Amino acid sequence: MSGLLVVAVFAPLAGCLLLLASPIGPRRTPDGIVRPDGGRITAGAGWPRLVGVVTTGIALAAVAIIMAGFDYGRASEMQAQTDVTWAAALDLRFHLGVDGISLPLVVLTVLLTFLCALYSTRVIPSAAGVAEVPSSAPTVAPADARPRAFIGLLLLLETGMLGTFVALDLILFFVFFETVLVPMYFLIAYWGAEGRARAAYKFILYTLLGSAVMLLGLLLIYVKTGTLDMVALAAAHGAGMSHNIQVIAFLALLIGFGVKVPMWPLHTWLPDAHTAAPTVGSVLLAGVLLKMGTYGLVRIAIPILPAGAREFAPSIGALAVIGIVYGSLACLAQSDLKRLIAYSSVGHMGFVLLGIATLTAVGINGALFANVAHGLITGLLFFLAGAIKDRHHTSAFAELGGGLYERLPRLGGVLAFAAVASLGLPGLAGFWGELLTLFGAFDPAAVLHRPYFLVLMAIGGLGTLLTAVYLLVMLRRVAMGESRPRWSAVGPGTGAASARLDVRAIEWVSWVPLVILILLAGLWPKVILAVTDPAVRTLLGAG
Amino acid sequence: MSLIQSIDYAAIAPPLITVLTGLAILVLDLFLPPSRRPMLAWVAAAGLLGALGSMLPLRGDPRGTFCLAGGEGVRLCSYVVNDLTLIFQLLVLGGALVAVLMSANTVVEQRLPAGEFWFLLLTSAAGAATIAAARDLMTLVVALEVVSLPAFALVAMRRYDARGGEAAVKFFLVSVVSTAVMLYGISLIYGLTGSVHLASIAVSLGGTDARPAVVAVGVVLALVGLAFKVAAVPFHGWLPDTYVGAPVPVAAYLSVVSKAAGFVGFILVVSLAFAPYSHIWGPVVAVLAALTMTVGNLVALRQRQAVRLLAWSSIAQSGYVLVPLGVAVAAPPGQTGTSVGDALSASVVYLLVYAVMNLGAFAAVVAVGRSRPANRLEDYRGLVRTEPVTALSLAFFLACLAGLPPGLIGLFAKVVVFKAAVSGGLGWLAVVMAVNTVIALYYYVAWAGLLFARPDPAAPPPSYTIPGELGAALGVTLGIAIVLSIFPEIVLDVLVHQPALIG
Repeated sequence: MSGLLVVAVFAPLAGCLLLLASPIGPRRTPDGIVRPDGGRITAGAGWPRLVGVVTTGIALAAVAIIMAGFDYGRASEMQAQTDVTWAAALDLRFHLGVDGISLPLVVLTVLLTFLCALYSTRVIPSAAGVAEVPSSAPTVAPADARPRAFIGLLLLLETGMLGTFVALDLILFFVFFETVLVPMYFLIAYWGAEGRARAAYKFILYTLLGSAVMLLGLLLIYVKTGTLDMVALAAAHGAGMSHNIQVIAFLALLIGFGVKVPMWPLHTWLPDAHTAAPTVGSVLLAGVLLKMGTYGLVRIAIPILPAGAREFAPSIGALAVIGIVYGSLACLAQSDLKRLIAYSSVGHMGFVLLGIATLTAVGINGALFANVAHGLITGLLFFLAGAIKDRHHTSAFAELGGGLYERLPRLGGVLAFAAVASLGLPGLAGFWGELLTLFGAFDPAAVLHRPYFLVLMAIGGLGTLLTAVYLLVMLRRVAMGESRPRWSAVGPGTGAASARLDVRAIEWVSWVPLVILILLAGLWPKVILAVTDPAVRTLLGAG
Repeated sequence: MSLIQSIDYAAIAPPLITVLTGLAILVLDLFLPPSRRPMLAWVAAAGLLGALGSMLPLRGDPRGTFCLAGGEGVRLCSYVVNDLTLIFQLLVLGGALVAVLMSANTVVEQRLPAGEFWFLLLTSAAGAATIAAARDLMTLVVALEVVSLPAFALVAMRRYDARGGEAAVKFFLVSVVSTAVMLYGISLIYGLTGSVHLASIAVSLGGTDARPAVVAVGVVLALVGLAFKVAAVPFHGWLPDTYVGAPVPVAAYLSVVSKAAGFVGFILVVSLAFAPYSHIWGPVVAVLAALTMTVGNLVALRQRQAVRLLAWSSIAQSGYVLVPLGVAVAAPPGQTGTSVGDALSASVVYLLVYAVMNLGAFAAVVAVGRSRPANRLEDYRGLVRTEPVTALSLAFFLACLAGLPPGLIGLFAKVVVFKAAVSGGLGWLAVVMAVNTVIALYYYVAWAGLLFARPDPAAPPPSYTIPGELGAALGVTLGIAIVLSIFPEIVLDVLVHQPALIG
């Protein structure tokens, strides 16, 4: 079982390299136009998509086997480990493993990437909106779509994301954490919508500034303790580091992870990146990338630097509730569907941060639950927003008008489902995470000031109300009411073109697993909590 | 003392073979018909390979030649071969070899005088190889001048291009002034310590009796001279114009081999001779490092021409090399030796990695420059569509320079430098460097992004065939960069073997 994680992490990378090395597709003339004679075509243009589905499928299968073989009775221990020396001079080890904290995120990552790869077999965005691939083979994408590069970057992204969640060496973690930047930058910069260049720059510069500071924090830990082993460091609970060192290192890590989360006020890159990113990019950005920040806090910052965590927990809590309220208010003011969902992430990740700030098992379990739930729900929401944008070529409320239920009843139905899941309706995944984080704030760790956290809890509770308001307002504006005449060509019944279909087969295939998991996590929360709880209790130590 | 010295020819073989090959080329040039002159490139390459090969038997115990019997039976040698020497000789001779491969076609296409070109290049490389072994100030200064003097002529090689002449004059004047300043500093130190050997200077400076303040002046002046050579801000003004005026492969040579020679001198002087005065030069170097990377990166942000951008980026990268040396002082008294060793090895690691990635980037720029002599960044727009190999290699080297995956070796080198700064207690320098990493990322990513951007129909990206020699240069650097990214241990090993470096 120990090699399976390596397979899961590097199968996508192998796929990426395979695509890079294979001389596929029409050779282009310098001005980017496909030569009339097609140049040298050595394989069908469907080849990259096949590689994408197969390699993400291998990763999914490997993780499924790990899940099956996972000893749930010992969820607090690292399992399926691989541990070899990489560079002894830096004490750098190639150390991978999963425990109860990382397993749900690993599953989320491979699942979402697999669904994105499936989705991309039919829909690959070009710079000028979405280029639909006709279902009749052999498919030839428009000159701008560049499916080989698109799928290759998607696969590289998966390697980075998965590696981040399973790395157990600080520098290795950092390498994977950074690996994600390059593919995401190009996904936004090349396949994005209007404003993509600026959005892509903002994304990469913000995160890089954060991660450069984070690297300093990680190295400070290394220099003071002499080890990069995350398991040993977590078990030491800050031994060997003075109070001041812990505070400084924690601050550095907080800035690095805070940018990624994103924690208010470091969030300003997020709406632009989400709005500009192609559908698949948004799904993975919201569904997985943001989790890397909160995961880093739970996995590295809190257990390794407990004194720093105690010092900063009140501030994180305050920034968290500011994020919740600010995100919700900003959502109310948005005029664009994708931007609204992006800002809703700021609010939802605020709940995750609030849970972490309580430093209790309940709060952190809630945070991890909310993490996964947000990944499923917001992933679905971005799929839906992308689908709406593909059909209307806009996602601005003013242009869309209402009447989605009338025009595209099934799509509207799924949108309503995802929206109520997002606002935390009991019985769906969004509910438990928010409830547990607020519970955590009701009874924070003994070292924290309880009345202060009660205030935070009250404001956070207000935030759940605001969340409901903006999501219902969004539904009313987009889904209800009369459909505008200009969209008469959109919707079933008036033609055969695929744009007129309601929900297409490929969309059902990509969305239904998410819908099922949202229901499952909502109705049977123990499926996640039973895995995370033992690991969280171990991380927090006896106290 | 015997007047006749026995010379250890095996020890001096690397520079000796290099310079003899240069002389042989000068003679061959006279007898070869013009049509056969391109083969001189292969003679030069073979000579450098021979020089590299002659290093193999030198591994193992340190050996010295040109020695004096110092007091108390200590032998003071002017030329010492130890691990540090071999690492630097590998760096400069390997770098010169790649520069030869890059230049082979340029010499033919730009109608440069072949015999002179290869002779000057090899002489300069021989100087760089000598510095690596120099352990007294005189040998060091002479070797530095042997590196620089042929370089002036190389810069001016394009006789029909006025920019080349201007660049060479600027380079010449700055270099001569810096040598004068350095010699003044050295003469002060010689006057006060009575020795030019690095080891005995260290002993005499480290003595318990109080030293006059003028020693500090000598130390600082000598370092200012060396700072000119490595183009540390504020002594960097000559560098961008020189790189742009020179043929591109010569710029590549200057940015790696000539710069490395300056750094070798710098590292040897501060870590061997001036180690007891680390409280004087440490803070100075730390400030120089911060200034160098910041100014280099900020100006690089505004560049629109590939060679000029690489010129400023190489200034910024010099700043990173200086960081560990600036930290050396922070160690508590009594541990100065180990701390200087840490600093020295971290700088060496960064320098080695910098050489590979910068040469690679220059090789790609040479390839594009053959069909786009202006070499503007806009010429790289959409390059991946017409020349995927050049474009992907360049993107990889830029990732290395930026320290971003997949350029892992660049990232590890930065980690080594960061670690030196953090463990030396210079948190502010580490933060300055972190900010600089982000600034640098902006222009590296912008350039890499252009490679993948949609081509402009009005100005399609160039399409060309890469000549074999240039392809070899690109392939070798790319291969080394990829292997080092996967097995960083090969170069990081330097960190573990510090004692052998200083010995």
